[in-house]
Amino acid sequence: MNEFVERLVDLRWPDHVRPSYDVVIIGGGGHGLATAYYLATRHGITNVAVIEKGYIGSGNSGRNTTIIRANYGIPEAVRFYQHSLEMYGQLEQETGRDLMHATKGLLWIAHSEAGVRQERARAEINTAFGSRTEYVDVKTISEICPQLDMTGQGVWPIYGASYHPAGASARHDRVVWAYAEGAMRLGVHVHQRTTVTGFLRDGDRVTGVQTTAGPIGGGLVVSAVGGHVTTLASMVGLRLPIRTHQLQAFVTNRYAQAFGPIVASSGLGVYVSQTAKGEMLVGAEVDRAPAYAYDSGHSFLRSCAFRSIALLPFLRDLRVLRQWTGVCDMSTDYSPVMGFTGVPNLLVTTGWGTWGFKAIPAGGEQMAALIATGRTPPLIAPFALERFANDRTMADRGSAGTH
Amino acid sequence: MTVRRLRIQCPHCGVRAIEEFLHGEIPTIPERVVDPDARDLDRAFMHTNAEGLVTERWFHAMGCRRWLTLTRDTRTNDIPERTTSYPPS
Repeated sequence: MNEFVERLVDLRWPDHVRPSYDVVIIGGGGHGLATAYYLATRHGITNVAVIEKGYIGSGNSGRNTTIIRANYGIPEAVRFYQHSLEMYGQLEQETGRDLMHATKGLLWIAHSEAGVRQERARAEINTAFGSRTEYVDVKTISEICPQLDMTGQGVWPIYGASYHPAGASARHDRVVWAYAEGAMRLGVHVHQRTTVTGFLRDGDRVTGVQTTAGPIGGGLVVSAVGGHVTTLASMVGLRLPIRTHQLQAFVTNRYAQAFGPIVASSGLGVYVSQTAKGEMLVGAEVDRAPAYAYDSGHSFLRSCAFRSIALLPFLRDLRVLRQWTGVCDMSTDYSPVMGFTGVPNLLVTTGWGTWGFKAIPAGGEQMAALIATGRTPPLIAPFALERFANDRTMADRGSAGTH
Repeated sequence: MTVRRLRIQCPHCGVRAIEEFLHGEIPTIPERVVDPDARDLDRAFMHTNAEGLVTERWFHAMGCRRWLTLTRDTRTNDIPERTTSYPPS
């Protein structure tokens, strides 16, 4: 353990469980801990418990590909993610922790005329709603990323791309730890190894949670669960527009050269970036059949390696170092679901399928504002669960990158 | 790390790799949802997303191109033996 890591871990674990808290947050991942952090720092609400089944960041917060971007396809999402991206830029300063935040720029490649239209539209809508993305031609692409095979091995030729200069990455564990540390310093209780097994009810109202550490009362209960949210919601008879899919990724051994940008391709269903250690990180689309398993498959490696080599031939000479799987909550319209559920005193923040890490600061901040004021902030109002009943879906499949 | 080798027993073609198949869902709406509008909403957007055994349809796209029905455990991806069948016509 180096000096940096020792300095990083200053987590003040609680020595007891209170019988009740003002706010009980289920799920000690990025979103749950960020919500607790902003409740404590922005609204002075510190009588808060975060209940985590495993250890903090052990779910999808530790399994994502750490990409931060705001190049979405609909105005509501561009505004939300741009806000989150800007918050990430300030987060190291705010928390006093090195989160290994690095702005790299993101290329989203088009392999067809339809792809070119889509990337042009992305650039326009981003620019119109406060983010910055430009359409770039083949010559500029090879200047930004000289390693790209512009012929795509003769099968996936590169016609153009949208370039999002603010595209960034950060170390996911450190983001989780920084939020946990900040929240715990102000008195938030984080209970690890505690599983929620049910809800306490008073009529329709949710009044707390039943856990493996006994019942815990809560003025408000927030589900920030990744993966198992529909199971949790079904305990109170709540139906959600969520399906859970596995998503696999791998890293190679170190690539001796600097690889600047993040490269994504919807056509090929892969995205590639370089970690701070020099490993090449390659992610793919979700597996088609819904599942909660964390197992990995050889067929994924084979197809994902094949597709990423079509873009970046140098990957052929690297070795797969490790491979892992996360489970993604995919919403029906490919946008998150945040806010009231219709069940009194139960809130959710979910649907973070393949876009959750980049949304942690804004998602936490906005959920905290909602909890503190009882009103849905305008930034996340479009992402309320009731949008489905109101025929106001936020369909943005083309921005998921991983469907 | 568990390495997965998923296979499906196709009643026509025998044991084949799961990559040859496409997944199909059997939508389920709870009986307690009785209001017609709520049922429409559920049919359009909501999912049971069961954690455990689910009965679902798979299409053998790269084989006999017929639909089969099987039971799968979404927690492990296990497919218990002798669960595959064609549906009754």
